[in-house]
Amino acid sequence: MKSLATLVLLFALAAPLAAQQPAPGPAQGPPPKTPAAQDGFVPVDAPVTGQDAIPAPRLVAIAYGFIWVVIFGYVWSVKSRLSRVERELETVSRRVPERK
Amino acid sequence: MKQTLFVPLTLVAAAMFAYAPFMILAAPYESTMGLVQKIFYFHAACGMALFLAAAVSGVGSAVFLFTKKPAADRLAVAGAELSVVIGLLVLVTGPLWAHKAWGVWWTWDVRITSTLVMWLIFNAYLLLRRYGGPGSERLAAAVSLFGLANVPFVYWSVNVWRTLHPKTSVIPTLQPGMRGTFWFCVGAFMLLSVVILMLRTELEKRRQELDALYLAAED
Repeated sequence: MKSLATLVLLFALAAPLAAQQPAPGPAQGPPPKTPAAQDGFVPVDAPVTGQDAIPAPRLVAIAYGFIWVVIFGYVWSVKSRLSRVERELETVSRRVPERK
Repeated sequence: MKQTLFVPLTLVAAAMFAYAPFMILAAPYESTMGLVQKIFYFHAACGMALFLAAAVSGVGSAVFLFTKKPAADRLAVAGAELSVVIGLLVLVTGPLWAHKAWGVWWTWDVRITSTLVMWLIFNAYLLLRRYGGPGSERLAAAVSLFGLANVPFVYWSVNVWRTLHPKTSVIPTLQPGMRGTFWFCVGAFMLLSVVILMLRTELEKRRQELDALYLAAED
C-alpha cells in the first residue's frame, strides 16, 4: 500500500509537468497528417504508411507491457498481503486461547 | 472466499488474457491511426473495468454509510484500490496512444481531466483509510460517493463537449473484426476485476478478523 501511495504521488506530480511541455516540436515528431478518428473507426488491412516519425510499435509494446506488469504486480501484492495476514492470524489465534 | 467459484473464474480470466493478444494481432488496422489504435482494445476495456470498480466502491460505501455493514465496507475498499490500479493503466496507456494519434502526450481534454479527477478521488479514499485514524472509514465512504458520481460525467463528457478523445459512438459502430476482439478484451478485464475484487475483499475480511483478535488478546 505504501509503494502504491508513492507511485500515485509520483504520477500525480508528473501529469501536470507532462502537460506543460511545449506543443509538439521536432523532438516529439510532427503531428499526424490525418486527424485521428473520433466518431468511428474505419478498418483497413495494412497500417497507414508515412506516419512513422513516432514509432507506433514501441508505444503499443510499452502500453501492453505496462498493463501486464501492473496487473501481475498487483495480483502478486494482494496475494502476498493475504498470506502475511493469514500467517499473523494463525500466530495471534494461538496466543489468545493460551491467555484465556 | 468461495474457492469453488474463485478458481474457475481465475482460470478463465487467465486463459482469456493469454488469448487476447492473438485476437488483437489479427484485428484490422484503423485507417487514420494505424497500429497505435490497437492500444484501444486494452485501454477502453480498462476504462470499463474502472467504471465497474468505481461503481462497486461507491455502492459499497453507500450501503456501509446507511447500514454500517462491515461486508459493504470491505467491498468499498476493494473497489477503491482496484479503481486506483486500473485508473493508472487507463491514464498511462491513453497518453501513449495520444502521443502518436494527436502528437501530444497529454492535453487538458474534458474526458482525460475528469478521469484524472476520478482517479485522484479514489487515491484520496485510500489515503484517508490509511492515515485518517479512527472513524475515517465513514469519511472515506463519503469520498467514494463522489468518485461514483463522477462515473457518468466521465462517460458522457465526450458527447457533451467537443474533445480530441474518440466519442462513445465508436464502440457501437465498431466493424466486425474489431467488435469481437474489443468485447473479448472487455470480458477478460471484467472477469479479472471480479477475481481481484474477491481476493481483495478476502484480504480485508482477514484484516478485520486479525484486528478483532488483537483486541481480544489485549483484554
